[in-house]
Amino acid sequence: MSNPFQVQVAERTASTAAIRLEAKDVSIFYGDKEAVKKVGVSFRSNTVNALIGPSGCGKTTFLRAINRMHDLTPGARVTGQLMLDGINLYGSDVDPVDVRRRIGMVFQKPNPFPTMSIYDNVAAGLKLAGETNKSKLDGVVEKSLRGAALWEEVKDRLKAPGASLSGGQQQRLCIARALSVDPEILLMDEPTSALDPQSTARIEDLMESLKEQVTIVIVTHNMQQASRVSDTTSFFLLGDLIEHSPTAQMFTNPKDQRTEAYISGKFG
Amino acid sequence: MTNAQENTAVQAKTFTRTVSSARQFQNAFVGGLIALGTGIVLIPLFLIVGQVIFNGISAISVDFFVQTERQMSAITGGGGVLNAIVGTIIMVGLALVMGLLIGIGTGIFLAEFSEHPLVPLIRVMSDVLTGIPAIVVGLVVYGLLIATKLTGYSAIAGGVALGLIMIPIIVRATEEVLKLVPTNIREAGLALGLPRWKVTLSIVLPAASSGIITGAILGVSRVSGEAAPLLFTSLGNPDLVWNILQPMGAMPLSVYNLAFKALTPAQNAQAWAGALVLMLFILMTNIAARTLSKRR
Repeated sequence: MSNPFQVQVAERTASTAAIRLEAKDVSIFYGDKEAVKKVGVSFRSNTVNALIGPSGCGKTTFLRAINRMHDLTPGARVTGQLMLDGINLYGSDVDPVDVRRRIGMVFQKPNPFPTMSIYDNVAAGLKLAGETNKSKLDGVVEKSLRGAALWEEVKDRLKAPGASLSGGQQQRLCIARALSVDPEILLMDEPTSALDPQSTARIEDLMESLKEQVTIVIVTHNMQQASRVSDTTSFFLLGDLIEHSPTAQMFTNPKDQRTEAYISGKFG
Repeated sequence: MTNAQENTAVQAKTFTRTVSSARQFQNAFVGGLIALGTGIVLIPLFLIVGQVIFNGISAISVDFFVQTERQMSAITGGGGVLNAIVGTIIMVGLALVMGLLIGIGTGIFLAEFSEHPLVPLIRVMSDVLTGIPAIVVGLVVYGLLIATKLTGYSAIAGGVALGLIMIPIIVRATEEVLKLVPTNIREAGLALGLPRWKVTLSIVLPAASSGIITGAILGVSRVSGEAAPLLFTSLGNPDLVWNILQPMGAMPLSVYNLAFKALTPAQNAQAWAGALVLMLFILMTNIAARTLSKRR
């Protein structure tokens, strides 16, 4: 493969895993406002990739563009190419619903479905897509809850309302729900910002094991978190991607002065 | 005494001194005014309920619930309003089916597809429909169904008239409660790769169900007291009928007819008793609505 992009990234990461997700010249607009400007970046299979930067820098916008949640915002527009395994997610023949099947998302605040039990929250993605086989659903629910490190805590009360769990458990429930449809990419939008330190630690541990199944892209405001959990880090500033490097390199030897200023706490 | 305790003691003393008798008086005075206002509001309510019970209770008997208006007689007395009770339940039921189907559908459209260009127009039209006098709704249904001979005077025509009155109530309730469902619930559903209509029907709508049920029950209690839209549609019927293609009685129509045609004090009391039953029915639906909406 003579993809110039891959060569470029290979130089940086020295990782041999295949590229799953790739952005080429991606610009994202709200009406006339360009919130993300000509971003080019790629993420390899089975890695955790952190997006950092001050508020309003476009990192969440970029994340929401990856699974086409950005489409739901009135006046939103994306130019350039966002590719999953080489297929442009914004191609004219691509259905956003299919994109979201393959690219799951965990949100900032835990948001279990309010009227559903723990079991139904996890099963909802398959059930509502028409799966009726009870034993298959049971299997997926257990596997997903185990994947989210929640099974042991809830296995005796799967019929209890999802909203009855603690905040940290609810967030792991949401991770289980996202895993239930077997996504290839998992987007996480500040998944621990509403949680206490213990719950945060559990979810960070979880990411380490999750990356065996999925490629994770995580937006975080917490630079310690980025340095703890991620393989690569991308620093956004005012809609520009300033730097994309292996995390260890980014935090010890940043290439750009602005990156250094930000991670050393001089602004943001 | 430590310093802190001393401080508290001094503060406590100052507090008692600063509450002047003038302020206590003002507080009591304003409190009294509010209580008085509340009392004034309650007086008409108690007058109405009291008068209906006082005048109607004597005519309440088992017969009143199991016999029909046909069996009433100025000479021998007797008879009841079973025909009207059944008629009201059937026609309000028809109206409820129509109101729920169209009302929830429209409410979903207004709340969940608010970017659609027709939404403001439909919202205004729904509000206008709320304000159309019930008698006009009755005339319109007469013009549409009965004058065109699509149906005769019938329960179905009455149900349609009541349904038209119920629709905007359910539309408004549905729209309001759907707007209260947080956006992140919708996003969670969409992020699972579910199509929008499925997210709306299977995730958002259940989350709003208790509010919609409350709205529907309030709609029921509103239309079950309406006589005007039934005058030219269901017409009324002193016999017990189940066929929705025939003219049918209803509680408000019975009250109207009984009060108009009463020849004896006993018949007059029956009219009041009809009003009492109607009032109790509406009271019960209201209580049901409140209990249901509180449960969640």
